[in-house]
Amino acid sequence: MNAPVSERSDNKWIGQRTVRPDGAEKVTGRAAYAADTTMPGMIWGKVLRSPHPHARIRSIDTSKAEKLPGVKAVMTAKDIVDFPLDKSVMLGIQDMRWMCRNVMAREKALFAGHPVAAVAAMSEKIADEACKLIEVDYEVLPWVIDVEEAMKPDAPILHDFIKFEGKPSNIAGKIEHKLGDVEKGFAEADVVIERSFRTKPVHQGYIEPHACLVSVSDGKATVWSSSQGQFMVRAMSAYLTGLPQNDIRAIPAEIGGGFGGKTIIYLEPLALILSRKTGRPVKMAMTREEVFRASGPTSGSYSKVKIGAKKDGTIVAAQGTFCLQAGALPGSPIRGAAGCAFAPYNIANVHSVGFDVVSNRSKVAAYRAPGAPLGCYATECVLDEVAEALKMDPLKLRLKNAAREGTKAAHGPVFPRIGFVETIEGAVNHDHYKTPLPKATNGRLYGRGIASGFWFNAGGESSAQVNINEDGTVVVITGHPDIGGSRASTANIVAELLGIDYRKVSVLIGDTSVIGFSNLTGGSRVTYASAMVATQSTEQVITTLKERAAKIWKIDPDAVVWENGEARPAGDNAGKFEPLTLAQLAAQATATGGPIGAGKQLNTTGAEGGFATHVCDVEVDPELGIARVIRYTSLQDVGRAIHPGYVEGQMQGGASQGIGWALSEEYIYDKNGKLDNAGFLDYRMPVTSDLPMLDAVIIEVPNPKHPQGVRGVGEVPIVPPLAAVSNAVYNALGTRFYSLPMSPPKVLEALQAKSKA
Amino acid sequence: MAKLHVSTTINGEPHEFLCDAEQSLLDVLRGPLGLTGSKEGCASGDCGACSVTVDGRLVCSCLVLAPEAEGKSINTIEGMATSDQLHPLQQKFLEMAALQCGICTPGVLMAAKSLLDRNPDPTEHEVRFWLAGNLCRCTGYDKIVRAVMETAKDMREAVR
Repeated sequence: MNAPVSERSDNKWIGQRTVRPDGAEKVTGRAAYAADTTMPGMIWGKVLRSPHPHARIRSIDTSKAEKLPGVKAVMTAKDIVDFPLDKSVMLGIQDMRWMCRNVMAREKALFAGHPVAAVAAMSEKIADEACKLIEVDYEVLPWVIDVEEAMKPDAPILHDFIKFEGKPSNIAGKIEHKLGDVEKGFAEADVVIERSFRTKPVHQGYIEPHACLVSVSDGKATVWSSSQGQFMVRAMSAYLTGLPQNDIRAIPAEIGGGFGGKTIIYLEPLALILSRKTGRPVKMAMTREEVFRASGPTSGSYSKVKIGAKKDGTIVAAQGTFCLQAGALPGSPIRGAAGCAFAPYNIANVHSVGFDVVSNRSKVAAYRAPGAPLGCYATECVLDEVAEALKMDPLKLRLKNAAREGTKAAHGPVFPRIGFVETIEGAVNHDHYKTPLPKATNGRLYGRGIASGFWFNAGGESSAQVNINEDGTVVVITGHPDIGGSRASTANIVAELLGIDYRKVSVLIGDTSVIGFSNLTGGSRVTYASAMVATQSTEQVITTLKERAAKIWKIDPDAVVWENGEARPAGDNAGKFEPLTLAQLAAQATATGGPIGAGKQLNTTGAEGGFATHVCDVEVDPELGIARVIRYTSLQDVGRAIHPGYVEGQMQGGASQGIGWALSEEYIYDKNGKLDNAGFLDYRMPVTSDLPMLDAVIIEVPNPKHPQGVRGVGEVPIVPPLAAVSNAVYNALGTRFYSLPMSPPKVLEALQAKSKA
Repeated sequence: MAKLHVSTTINGEPHEFLCDAEQSLLDVLRGPLGLTGSKEGCASGDCGACSVTVDGRLVCSCLVLAPEAEGKSINTIEGMATSDQLHPLQQKFLEMAALQCGICTPGVLMAAKSLLDRNPDPTEHEVRFWLAGNLCRCTGYDKIVRAVMETAKDMREAVR
């Protein structure tokens, strides 16, 4: 079982495995996800999508579709607010110029699956039939999907307006981090290893397809949808439909997984426009095929990494180039790839470059630690080779070079107290690393690999409201969709501070009309940031509670303390009055000054990065080419685990996604540029029988900048697995793969080539 | 074409509904019957989020035609808890944090119950292969497998 969390005798709820407030609804099937909501008079919307990966849209004739009985409205890009190409309008990291073209093709269809028109009809079936009656005149254009192909000088150009070094290009952006002088560094090295790596696009794979229900009445819209941020839904819908934000109420449905893929919208503005046209509530839901074809996977990549080290293992220089496939419109996570690749190490000379490359695939969306797994994959595989060349244990090589407090990272920050070293030492001392691998039997081969990883983590805007009910129970409202148990963490914190049972604290996610602006559930920021606003709100409530007790006792509020859920007289007054419990103070609230509650809105800072080290054992069946993970241990500095069960859950889930990325998941295209595996049968995510138990070792080096010591948890776990699994497969076979996934056909081919040689 | 009339039993109660011949059982459960606990993750039988039992047999309701429900007894997630008492599997999933987003949970619970109904003492291997048709993207399955095995143990001990 998982390693125990450090003892905390001073805490009653923080660090406890409490039952989540939303749990019973979820195990009984009553929790309402986006597709579960209906309204009287509701009709259905469906999207017509481009069959071509790249085509100019000459004209669209919707007249036949409009005449089909049961059809209520048809829309095209003409109905969406246009953001001219010459002026950037940013919402967070998203450029509305790209978003308005992503939700519906404007000048050109840029990938097979790109929305071209949408229909609202009395049933899904009629809407589907109507889509087939829409006539689109396409001028089919040459296309390019692969990132290396897209960077070639003669590649088909997606956007005339993108220029790189003065010439039309598919390279839409570049990021560069420099520290020291790499040439000088490499000259000092005894060992220099340079390798290239390739990965395929992979999808976030949330089980809930995108869905929404939008009702426009008297010009005001209500949006129920599954997203990683109701405020993002409101803002983007407002931008794309022209409605002011106060006329849109975005209600966060329970969300069936996002992993970054629901940080942008696809259907909401279409449903809003169709509802506005028809005067009826419109429901839209993607099929699984649409999710794969048209929602954002993460980038495929081509990377080159060069690392130089001295004989004693000191890394003296590191250079990396990371080319990431953005898909149809700019925005691939080059910051994550180029920034995180070398961040775990104290290296004097670093040069890291990322290129954002457009190609004819659905637009990239965030995926858990966006870009970081790609950077880390290349770096951590090269480090494995450096360790081998130096005849050094790979964990010792990492320990020798590990970033510590005071280390300056190439992407900018100087690290405060961090727990990276502890994750490596934890791995060295873990039973997993000490246990010898099974001996090769029946032709099966075994290998072990390790890798470390880093993710920035994020703070940002959060709001919370804490209200004391008349009976002394508590309602907390925050503004972040809860995907993985964050309501449970908030309940633990508020109960701890108030000194009451956590079951007396209800935690709800407010819609855009009831709670202040809160940024996305993303960047591993929710427990970090909502803990800050919930803590400050609760502290303010406690101040009020002390004032009310002081008023009742007719003493100075400074002479009251809050302990174990009650106000107690302190100082000279200690023992003079019977303590007043939260329930007693709540009952007297009206008489002592009115309702008790407080809200806090902050732009939180100080998130600080997260680090992890993973150990992976694989078994390879050389006859079938199947590599299976048979033991896996992740060790991560989480700062402080507010709810260890959901912290472990993040670590295990991230590891599992990373294992899928390494071994079986990939977008496969046919010769016409169309995705060939747009379903769960052929896009092969890990299933229960593919995996062993995933040991999650929580390491707690408190973040000095957070009231409870929290660091972001959710994203770091997907950073190391690509390399950990790759290094393990190399250890088993003696053959290294420089591309992912290491799927059975690829492994088989490599083994057969090896046996021939 | 006129709709078909179907009489069936759902979670022990008699039900009647009208459907098209090509409609899936999942569509009817989620639509006219309002039982949205069964989820549509793929509509192709690959994810298991719509798992229900038909006459005790575990199926993906997206692969069953609604008219096939005629005369059958169907159990869905909505019938798993009795009165105000959660099923031991539901309780254990909560205690062991065996769900995150929760979208796969109804299907996983239906499949797990179906396993324990047949095999009260499954090995980890058996749990993993029985649940291989239920995709979960959040948990990496670790806590799900543990929760199922712990529940099985508790239920065996309760019988003794």
